[in-house]
Amino acid sequence: ESTSVYSGSVDGSLYLMKNQKEKLRMTMPMTLSFCYMALLWLREPITLSELLRFVVEGHIPYLNVFQHFPEKMKLCGLDLKIFSVESWPVYEEVFNKMHELAAFLDLPRFPEITESCFLHPDMLCMKYLMEANLPDELHNWTCRVVKKIGIGEVDFLTLVPGNKSTRKVKYDVLAAALIVVVLKLLFLLDDHYEWFLSEFAEERNKNDTEVCIFFSGAPYFEFKKWYEVVKHSLDVEQKKLDEERAKYLWRCEKPLFYSVKNKSKVVKRRQMVVNLQNQFGKLSGSVGRAEKPNPSSFQLSWSEENTDGSCFHGHSLKGILQEKCGLLTAMNPDYWLCTVKLCNEKLCGHLAHYKEVEFPQSYHFVLRLFSFLLRIQPSYIHEEVCMIEHKLFNKKLCKKLKYNSVLRK
Amino acid sequence: SSHEHKLNFRKSKEACLSYIQDALLQKQWKRAAEFLTCYIESLEKDYSREHIGPSEMIRRIGTEILWHHSQSSMKEFSCFMEQMKTLGVKRYLKVCLEHVFHLLCNGQIDEAYQNLSLAESWRFGEQTAIQDKEMKLIQAYRGLLDYYSWSKQKNILLEHGEDGFSDLAVEQEMHSYFRKAAVNLKEIIKIPGVWDLFVKCYVDLLEFYGDHNEARQVLNEYAYNSKFPANPNAHVYLYQFLKRQGESKKSLVSALKILHDIVPSHELMIDFNTMLQKSKKRKKRRLGLEVIFAALDYAGWKENAKAWSCLARQVKQIVISDKHLDWIKKEWNSRKDWWPAFHFSRYLAKRNWQENKSLSYEKALVAGILLGKDCKYFKYISHQGCKAQLKRFRMMKRFVNRHNPVYLRISG
Repeated sequence: ESTSVYSGSVDGSLYLMKNQKEKLRMTMPMTLSFCYMALLWLREPITLSELLRFVVEGHIPYLNVFQHFPEKMKLCGLDLKIFSVESWPVYEEVFNKMHELAAFLDLPRFPEITESCFLHPDMLCMKYLMEANLPDELHNWTCRVVKKIGIGEVDFLTLVPGNKSTRKVKYDVLAAALIVVVLKLLFLLDDHYEWFLSEFAEERNKNDTEVCIFFSGAPYFEFKKWYEVVKHSLDVEQKKLDEERAKYLWRCEKPLFYSVKNKSKVVKRRQMVVNLQNQFGKLSGSVGRAEKPNPSSFQLSWSEENTDGSCFHGHSLKGILQEKCGLLTAMNPDYWLCTVKLCNEKLCGHLAHYKEVEFPQSYHFVLRLFSFLLRIQPSYIHEEVCMIEHKLFNKKLCKKLKYNSVLRK
Repeated sequence: SSHEHKLNFRKSKEACLSYIQDALLQKQWKRAAEFLTCYIESLEKDYSREHIGPSEMIRRIGTEILWHHSQSSMKEFSCFMEQMKTLGVKRYLKVCLEHVFHLLCNGQIDEAYQNLSLAESWRFGEQTAIQDKEMKLIQAYRGLLDYYSWSKQKNILLEHGEDGFSDLAVEQEMHSYFRKAAVNLKEIIKIPGVWDLFVKCYVDLLEFYGDHNEARQVLNEYAYNSKFPANPNAHVYLYQFLKRQGESKKSLVSALKILHDIVPSHELMIDFNTMLQKSKKRKKRRLGLEVIFAALDYAGWKENAKAWSCLARQVKQIVISDKHLDWIKKEWNSRKDWWPAFHFSRYLAKRNWQENKSLSYEKALVAGILLGKDCKYFKYISHQGCKAQLKRFRMMKRFVNRHNPVYLRISG
């Protein structure tokens, strides 16, 4: 075979050389930034975390994408460094690159994100509340918070490339963080109050069933029951996910080799790998790798038709609310801030830092739940929570800065 | 489980290995195979930089799984081993040797022998010299299998001899196995190490062909050469050889003395004490007492009636002669604080009486002498023995009562 067939790309070596003028080089993760940018422009009903999850689940060509290249395109040499993928795409990286790209391409203001858009917090919160098996009634609360701090405004949500003054919005993380804040508003989540409220609700539910056999109206939402049901499912799914990570296959049938010289070696190795995989695959006992399930938007689903009471969508918050001056407020009078002072994002790259041991376990649990659903670190959600809290309690914070970390609402 | 959502090749393979490890530890072979299947692609990223790279991992894990998995056959196992041999030339001989061990465990002696011969003929540039140690081992094990064949032929010959047949062919084969075995066994035991099995076989060969001098030299080297690691068995083998040869008590004693120094709890200590007690030399008898006391310091000897009878006999003999009570005093001095609870508790008295009357007899005698007639062990046993109207217990009681003042002098 002539060398020209396996010379790889003409400029592969140049491409990888550090070039200070052009910081934006096309990479595999960058292709996802492009995709996300396009999806955002089109306002498609898909979030970045979903996109990345589909990539990892193999529904979107990414890993070993060169398999699908036309025959004539033969990768070798330094092309391998560009096209072979050996790590899952990282949310932050794809997100940041997308914004750089939009600015680089000098794109105008993106199509507006309005209340009826999928990416609007009101919509996303609805989806995530469902997935988290939380009462629909909580949606009123997320909407209220959105309104109060102005994050539902078109100008806040719409991307203007190159505008360094506006904060870049992570729609999915924002919606998740909103739900966390609402849960803190209503249940405090200090490892005590939420269980106390739950006992109270349990009592009420028992009385109700005893007193009126045909009681209509939704049961009181019991935090404890919800926690048990959701934790169980979460643990099962997390365990599955962890095993999938360990069983993840990175290579494909088509081997990659640097040069003609090591082609035969690589092919031989590949053959041995396939043989061994067959040998031990037969001893696995499992019925081989099942067909990939279709991509699904919901990872956890709860059905109201289940009679075991494991679906909380229709449950009521009446036990934890009260009316004051014609307005429904939470019975919970307290709130604890995740952090009194936000970090300087430009200095350390983050608004806040998360250490599990420093926070209540209930708080950690809800972070873990959304961390699983969005496939991102709990600390990202924690950061957004801090950001929302600081907007929400802005006035009070300006007054009492350093000393109080527990506020009365 | 980690909530880490960043994942790369290395981390996922690390996670895979930890799942494999868990499955292996719980003997879940199917599950281990499932995860190993996913790990195998690491071979394509084997840069031989790590101490134990992917190919070695796969070899070790795969060997374990194939060895234990119910659906795996020996044929599959051998096929896998052959593949593994091609993966790492630096470990080639080691893998060959391990394969041979597995074949031997499975009873496939002939196949093991073939593999050993094949491995012996392997040459690979400078690797041959580097893997010299493994080569010696391979030759040694072939020698061992040759010994095994020799042994079989010898038995056939002996059978035929009984029947009155003489079989020249068998005899010649036997001699040829001997020559092959001897050459290799001799080589390996030259290298400092623990070669118990090889030494025993070699000595067996030498003894059969009447080369007792060589046998003695080999055993002496094995036991006394300081370059070799301290090995109690070496002294045992030497002692057994000397005994077979009918050597003098003196040489037997010197062989066992070292054994006593290294392993005071060795089972041969009974023989040793018996030998020493009978000696005319005072020093030897003194040593005998030391030896038997030392052996009984160990929990494994607590219920050994023979050992106790040795001690009882010697103690009784010293008490009767009224000479050398200071020997007992010295031995008892370091033991009087803990032997009572260790050997002579009331609970043990009851148990010993129930389970082994001879044991309780011997022990009671010793207890009575060392702790006096008021000690609970002696009191209980002698009472039970007299109640059961057993003569020897009555006599023992009388003996202890008569010599009671002795205990005061001992414990003084």
